[in-house]
Amino acid sequence: MQEIRFHGRGGQGAVTSAELIAIAAINKGNCAQAFPSFGPERRGAPVVAFCRVDDKKINIRAKVYNPDVVIVLDPGLVELMDPSEGMKDGGILIINTKKGPEGAGKVSNSKIKIATVDANTIATEELGRVIVNTTMIGAFIKATGIISIDDIKDPLMGRFGAKLGARNLKALERAYKEVLIKG
Amino acid sequence: MGSGRKGVEVSIAMADAVAQADVDVIAAYPITPQTHIVEHLADIVADGELDAEFVPVDSEHSAMSVCCGSAAVGARTFTSTSSQGLALMSEIFFITAAMRLPVVMALANRSLSSPLSIWNDHSDVMMVRDAGWIHIFIENGQEAYDAIFNSFRIAEDPDVMLPVAVNMDGFILTHMIEPVEYVDNELVKKYIPEFKMKNALHPDCPISMGCFGMPEIYTETQMNREVGVVNSYPVIIKAWEEWGQLTGRHYHPVETYLSDDAEYCIVTMGSFGETAMEVADMLREEGEKVGVVKIRLWRPFPLDEFRKAVLGKKGLIVIDRAISFGGPGGPVASEVRSALYNKKGAPVVVNYVAGLAGRDVSRKDFRNIILEGKKKAESGDTEGFTLYGVRG
Repeated sequence: MQEIRFHGRGGQGAVTSAELIAIAAINKGNCAQAFPSFGPERRGAPVVAFCRVDDKKINIRAKVYNPDVVIVLDPGLVELMDPSEGMKDGGILIINTKKGPEGAGKVSNSKIKIATVDANTIATEELGRVIVNTTMIGAFIKATGIISIDDIKDPLMGRFGAKLGARNLKALERAYKEVLIKG
Repeated sequence: MGSGRKGVEVSIAMADAVAQADVDVIAAYPITPQTHIVEHLADIVADGELDAEFVPVDSEHSAMSVCCGSAAVGARTFTSTSSQGLALMSEIFFITAAMRLPVVMALANRSLSSPLSIWNDHSDVMMVRDAGWIHIFIENGQEAYDAIFNSFRIAEDPDVMLPVAVNMDGFILTHMIEPVEYVDNELVKKYIPEFKMKNALHPDCPISMGCFGMPEIYTETQMNREVGVVNSYPVIIKAWEEWGQLTGRHYHPVETYLSDDAEYCIVTMGSFGETAMEVADMLREEGEKVGVVKIRLWRPFPLDEFRKAVLGKKGLIVIDRAISFGGPGGPVASEVRSALYNKKGAPVVVNYVAGLAGRDVSRKDFRNIILEGKKKAESGDTEGFTLYGVRG
């Protein structure tokens, strides 16, 4: 089972990222869960979302405490918190930042891989808005291989429609190509 | 919406099931505390995909009042609520059962104020436990979807004619995206045929419902409701059996996991059951002979099946998700202790209350509860209950 934790801010689409990955995994025959850290949604406030993917039925109804993968959608969050908290050794931390894997902020766990991508720039150029949820999925796909770009196409089009879906796909594919992975 | 397996939010899957069940009337208070269930149903009706009356009422009290009216004329009727909404609705909630009206409700179990909280526990449903509704608890999205069809089938059976609540853990299930296998509409039509109510309100044949009851008659009306709830049991079993034959998904009033040779069993109701199974697997690897007993049917309480599942075990660790202030234990534990009193081979019962208002109960917590509970059972420390993880 792969457990994924998302850190973002309300409005950036962390929950949508989790949902799209889960739906893609389910469509290809896996079992998956996606869920927010439940609470009143507030734009701009730090939010957490979770996803699990397995090849058999998942029997856990609790938050993710020891993720294999952590995705940070907001570059500022790594200055405020340690996104690697609880991560399994050998896991991969994927951060939206211009600074590259060397400038990843407060990461205490030295036994994980770090991947970075400048999702803000990609989303701004491709979507005209700094909503990085789909862009970060591109980095996630490259860094983990849990799903493929083909797997995500249907959920993406289903959520955003053909026109906006195509632009999101372009942003996602750019992140797939531009992500830097260390370790 | 089409049959087949899809990744979907559990609330949406439930709404889709309600649409597939071809309901006639949905009445609901459309804002907090509400789930996406009625929001999605409002969309389905507005899009013309379901020919039903969607009544967005001014309060939950009105929601259940509308449901009573529509069910009384023989319309297939659905509503959904949670926590404070159920509290406000409670007056009519009791009346619905008393008038033997087959309303189906999705009850997203959430905590009651105060403090103001929107998160999951079972305090709302326990407040209305004794209303005379049939209560089913589900553990996952598939069961939520299936339970809608089962519930209409049970509620509208001429031998039952009672409202049914499908209880599911708020947020933990209602806001979860997971795989759900949809059935096709033909199967649904076969399983729940058109509702034809025998004694529906109609101007051509006037009857009275919900009348004034003098002491000379009130007791008999309560007996009538009691007999109705008890007699629903074989209908529920048959409804589940047929569903199993049609879909391959089998449901039982009490379900067990690794319990055959277990010395100690965890007893759960709702989504706790899934994590409990996972933790039982973990503990088995450590050599602990533990199993899980899950109560799916809360009312009518499946006394015989429950006893059959647990008599002869050393101990039960009952995990409640609601508190009964000043009482002998949580609502489930009280029922369990009562079911086992004076029975030969009765296990000792240790009770924990956990997961109030959405406090996460992780695998580690379950492990702690089971191992600590086992120690309590062995040392005879079995009175009352323990509020797990409480600080200060």
